[in-house]
Amino acid sequence: MTGRRIMTADEIRRAVVRISHELVEKQAGTAGLALVGIQRRGVPLARRLADAVDEHEGVRLPVGALDITFYRDDLSLVAAQPVVKGTELPFDLNGATIVLVDDVLYTGRTIRAAMDALVDFGRPQAIRLAVLVDRGHRELPIRADHVGKNVPTSREEVVRVHLTEIDGEDDVEIERRVDAAVVEPIPEGIV
Amino acid sequence: MSLDVERPGVGDAPAAGDSTPAGGRPPAVDRPPAAGAWLHRHLLDVDALSWPDIDLVLRTTDAMREVLARPIAKVPALRGTNVTILFYEASTRTRVSFEVAARNLSADVSNIAVASSSVTKGESLVDTVKTVEALGARILVIRHAVSGAPYLAASVFTGHVLNGGDGWHAHPTQALLDLYTMRSRLAGDVAVTAPGAGRFLSGRKVVIVGDVLHSRVARSNIWTLTAAGADLWLCGPATLLRGFEAWARAGAGGVADRRFTVTSDLAAALRDADAVMALRIQQERMAGGMLPSLREYAARYGLTAERLGAAKPAAFVLHPGPMNEGVEIAPDVASGPRSVITDQVTNGVAVRMALLYLLAGSAGGEALGG
Repeated sequence: MTGRRIMTADEIRRAVVRISHELVEKQAGTAGLALVGIQRRGVPLARRLADAVDEHEGVRLPVGALDITFYRDDLSLVAAQPVVKGTELPFDLNGATIVLVDDVLYTGRTIRAAMDALVDFGRPQAIRLAVLVDRGHRELPIRADHVGKNVPTSREEVVRVHLTEIDGEDDVEIERRVDAAVVEPIPEGIV
Repeated sequence: MSLDVERPGVGDAPAAGDSTPAGGRPPAVDRPPAAGAWLHRHLLDVDALSWPDIDLVLRTTDAMREVLARPIAKVPALRGTNVTILFYEASTRTRVSFEVAARNLSADVSNIAVASSSVTKGESLVDTVKTVEALGARILVIRHAVSGAPYLAASVFTGHVLNGGDGWHAHPTQALLDLYTMRSRLAGDVAVTAPGAGRFLSGRKVVIVGDVLHSRVARSNIWTLTAAGADLWLCGPATLLRGFEAWARAGAGGVADRRFTVTSDLAAALRDADAVMALRIQQERMAGGMLPSLREYAARYGLTAERLGAAKPAAFVLHPGPMNEGVEIAPDVASGPRSVITDQVTNGVAVRMALLYLLAGSAGGEALGG
């Protein structure tokens, strides 16, 4: 089933380039910046941002991967335990400015879990958030510092981000949830 | 997709990840389990585990090793879950290992030392289990000198039972940590640790030396090592291998590719071995006429550096502990470069974390028992 396309490969590329400039502008340089992608699709996005920064600044930002599975607030609600993807933070977080990177910002629960996970590794100077798509419907007081595209959605819709590294192609689609009529409303565990 | 957390059995299937009904588990019948899902309510024996199950345990253990390497080796995955450790047999390392594992996952841990409990007043196992459950236990880790005791516990416990060793029968966490330790040692080979990796011990010769007859460690290892494709050899005095020849001829569980070799010829067993596991020789075996003396056993079957010279140059040595140095294993071997015995202890915590985590998430239906 294919939904309505809301971002093309070119639009994703431009959003990544723009955010990469914003990151450097906000930090007034690249000193102390590090990117942490949230498993899974935040990880390739973080790498793309690092590539883009490298291209215009000539500086390679450190990139890490964060798995938030153990920090989810709905572990007792899901049918079976999520498969753990792995965390790798090959740099010192103490004093660094960490930019969390994820594909979609929705309820904010993933970001809450990610911040809990991050502070177990050290005390960053600041944590910022960059997302490709902000679809609204926050359940926690969390906002993104850098957004690729704001997309008004209803809770009955699903936003799907596809990235070449994982899905073989780049695009973002939106579609109605198949079982929306049956199961509703749906308090998301973590999105 | 917006909900970018893969759930086993749900995966990236369209809309599936977003469709978990509010506050409850979806009925099992609605969603046939996909590969990668953990469906065992209890872990009583390793013979119930398929190769994908074992692979999932090993991969989850990788994640737990990463947690153990953190500055704060603690994650909130099992916050609010009560893990009760009920050991009817003397044990320090296994009990502490379970305790550390549960605490690292932020579980609440209750430790019942049987010597000072109502068991000494004659309380039955069933009553103890029911009491522990009424006190809030969700996961029960049990060790008992009687084979099968965890099965009895599982029949009356509504949570999850994890066998910490029963009689001569099974010691699932030990076998899985042994397998994980071998996998780590072979991890230079990428195919070994890749997701969905094949039977990584294929073509590897693994030898278990010692008191196989009385060993739950050996019995559980037979299942996991043959599942991983090992060319498994059991070696020891004939009195301590009784019955295993027949099992070897039948193939473990009657499965044709699960073969192992039984021998009393240590030199033949060690020749070109990739991994050698020494088992503890228990003093009390002497009384039964199984062995003439510890000295004779050490002289004929003790693992020495010289004997290990027949093994492959990169061969490594395991021991489930506690060791009788100078009996089944020479002190210089136990602490030498081939020894992975301290790795086994660290991996033991990680494997137990993985199993507690997986069991805590498994559905509680009777249909999923075992």
